[in-house]
Amino acid sequence: MLRVYCDANATTPLLPEVIEAMRPFWTEQFGNASSIHQEGQKARKAIEAAREVLARFFHCHEAEVVFNSGGTEGDNTAIAGLVRRGDHMITTSIEHSAVLRAAERAADRGALVTFVSPRANGIIDPGDIRSALRPETRLISIMLANNETGVLQPVEEIGNIAENAGAFFHIDAVQGAGKVPFDVRRFGCHLCSISAHKVHGPKGIGAMYVRRGTPIEPLIVGGSHERRQRAGTENVAGIAGLGKAAELAMKTLEDGAIQRLAALRDRLEAGVLRISGTRVNGSGAPRVANTTNIRFEQVEGEALVIALDLKGVAVSGGSACHSGSTEPSHVLMAMGLDRHAALASLRFSLLKTATDADVDHVLRVVPQAVGHLRALSPEGVGTLG
Amino acid sequence: MTTERTTIAVAMSGGVDSSTAAAILVHAGETVVGLTLQLWDQTRLAGKHGIPDAPKAGRCCSLDDVYDARRVAETLGVPYYVVNQESRFERDVVRPFVDEYLAGRTPIPCSLCNNHLKFDQLLMTARSIGADRIATGHYAVNEYDAHRRRWILKRPADLAKDQTYFLFGLTQDQLARTLFPLGHMTKPQVRETARRHGLRLAEKPDSQEICFIPGGDYKQFLAAYLEEQGEPIPHTTGELVASSGEVVGHHQGIFNFTVGQRKGLGVASPSPLYVLNIDPASRRVTVGADAELATRTLRAQNLNWICIPSLTGSMRVKAKIRHRHQPAWATLQPAGAGEAIVTFDEPQRAVTPGQAAVFYDGDEVVGGGWIV
Repeated sequence: MLRVYCDANATTPLLPEVIEAMRPFWTEQFGNASSIHQEGQKARKAIEAAREVLARFFHCHEAEVVFNSGGTEGDNTAIAGLVRRGDHMITTSIEHSAVLRAAERAADRGALVTFVSPRANGIIDPGDIRSALRPETRLISIMLANNETGVLQPVEEIGNIAENAGAFFHIDAVQGAGKVPFDVRRFGCHLCSISAHKVHGPKGIGAMYVRRGTPIEPLIVGGSHERRQRAGTENVAGIAGLGKAAELAMKTLEDGAIQRLAALRDRLEAGVLRISGTRVNGSGAPRVANTTNIRFEQVEGEALVIALDLKGVAVSGGSACHSGSTEPSHVLMAMGLDRHAALASLRFSLLKTATDADVDHVLRVVPQAVGHLRALSPEGVGTLG
Repeated sequence: MTTERTTIAVAMSGGVDSSTAAAILVHAGETVVGLTLQLWDQTRLAGKHGIPDAPKAGRCCSLDDVYDARRVAETLGVPYYVVNQESRFERDVVRPFVDEYLAGRTPIPCSLCNNHLKFDQLLMTARSIGADRIATGHYAVNEYDAHRRRWILKRPADLAKDQTYFLFGLTQDQLARTLFPLGHMTKPQVRETARRHGLRLAEKPDSQEICFIPGGDYKQFLAAYLEEQGEPIPHTTGELVASSGEVVGHHQGIFNFTVGQRKGLGVASPSPLYVLNIDPASRRVTVGADAELATRTLRAQNLNWICIPSLTGSMRVKAKIRHRHQPAWATLQPAGAGEAIVTFDEPQRAVTPGQAAVFYDGDEVVGGGWIV
């Protein structure tokens, strides 16, 4: 059966070039980058080459790039590493759970946390961030792009607010990275987390921009790896893979691939919206090129996800990190959707390698599946969940 | 699509029975999709009122069981999904369970679940994903009788595992779309089949308890659940009386009692005392000797008929009044809308309101209802 993968925001496949970039470091060049000998030096060289690429990706100095295990670790490090008892931090109610749970833990440990809600279109109003400031505000943590709706947040304005308030600013850029022009200096952030597997790199590796002089306490201690900012023997193959993935991602920002992706997404969205009783969540807001989050009235989203999967279309009802959970999307609820509407919403997120034929298949399958579900239950199958 | 007609959704709990049911269908060449209904969050009341912090395995909906079900689906190479039904389960099973106890009855949540949620929801979910039939790991036999033009539910080959008592509420439409692949097998055969198909959980112990009550202490559960809901435990304290009417003591609430119960009465007596009756209106709990527990008749309501279209006159059956009860000869008599009077040949011990009365004609399930 033809399968079309429309869940790029959950994860992406490795590109062949990325696999090739990683291959030597599992076998011939297996050295520990901290070793003195030649084997170690080869591994070190690969790590530093990748760091150079990441420095270009972030627009920062090489010494400001710290490799870690991915987005969750970056988000946790930013919060646990800066926020102490008595501090205040500001984040939003639509962050990834890696930020939300870390912020709640900071609150449990005596910090004060403000969760700012988005406007109905999914955008965080910078004015709301400004209003939440307190004299003891230590950290502002905002996502670059929302993982469920794709809505881009006004990070530059929020960076200015942080600058003026003397607060540190962390951007969870896991979903924005590789999809929009990227410059941590322009963003005005002190910390920025990205993850390789969202940009056709391997799982289990990520990087964080840490502006020089940011007094961040490491989450993981041990050896003096990563300038004492992240202990543990470096995942050399992973780092090499991230380097290659970042390089390829930068290329797509310049060679028209993103515009092509946006056109495909727009066609998919317009096609699905021809089904009656559908709406885009976060429409009207600036969004990353690959994502659309669509609400299907009178349909139970969980059943639609399964039905589509069995017909060869992989989508998700929200964040992959929450599937099987009781609750409707916290992002959509924060945007003011009611429980039913939130549970009736699906996320389509296209790979950069998506084709017109993929979109054609989705547009054949989705209307059928929605029609089938609605026919089964006139009053809506929305009693689930 | 032609494939849709033949797809079977198997309800997989992570136990050996439903896993083996799935394996049998897969190896018979059927197109199978595995579904787990996530019904209750096992960590929800953890730590409250003595409920264990970490739920044990072997209970439906524990993370371990979902993990096991998923591993079985992977082994069999079938798609597998967890469908969340927690809010409906709470509304249709847990809340009524709590309310029944508070009203002085003794509910059977498994039948509530089968009648009001599991089969309904599985069939609905199955249809919505393109499967017209479902299969479960229940020990029961389900056959179409062309002569009577009805689907007939029968006791299984392994009478020790017979689950027909919990299935009396199945409608003809539900039976027509339900398969019980284990109906003709014994439990040892099921385990052997599981081993033969390489299922690692072939030796997994059976679960016996009510799936949402870790530790099996329903009073603990009631207290923890009501506290979580912010509801006080209703004031149902009252008198303990002998069958003569004489007050012999006081009790702490009618929900602490079940007809036939001996322990925890808090009354000193030369001979053993048992709960004979619970009267929710007066909150009076009557106690007496074992011999006084015996009754010859009961009234059953909300009846569902399986091998007959309806009860039109009196009928000889064997009636079963709780899961572990040996069915006893009785005569059924219709008694108004959806009700029947059951008159046993020999008096039966501890007829308990809230339990089901299920009627058998030989191996066939005639139907059943709820004891008033």
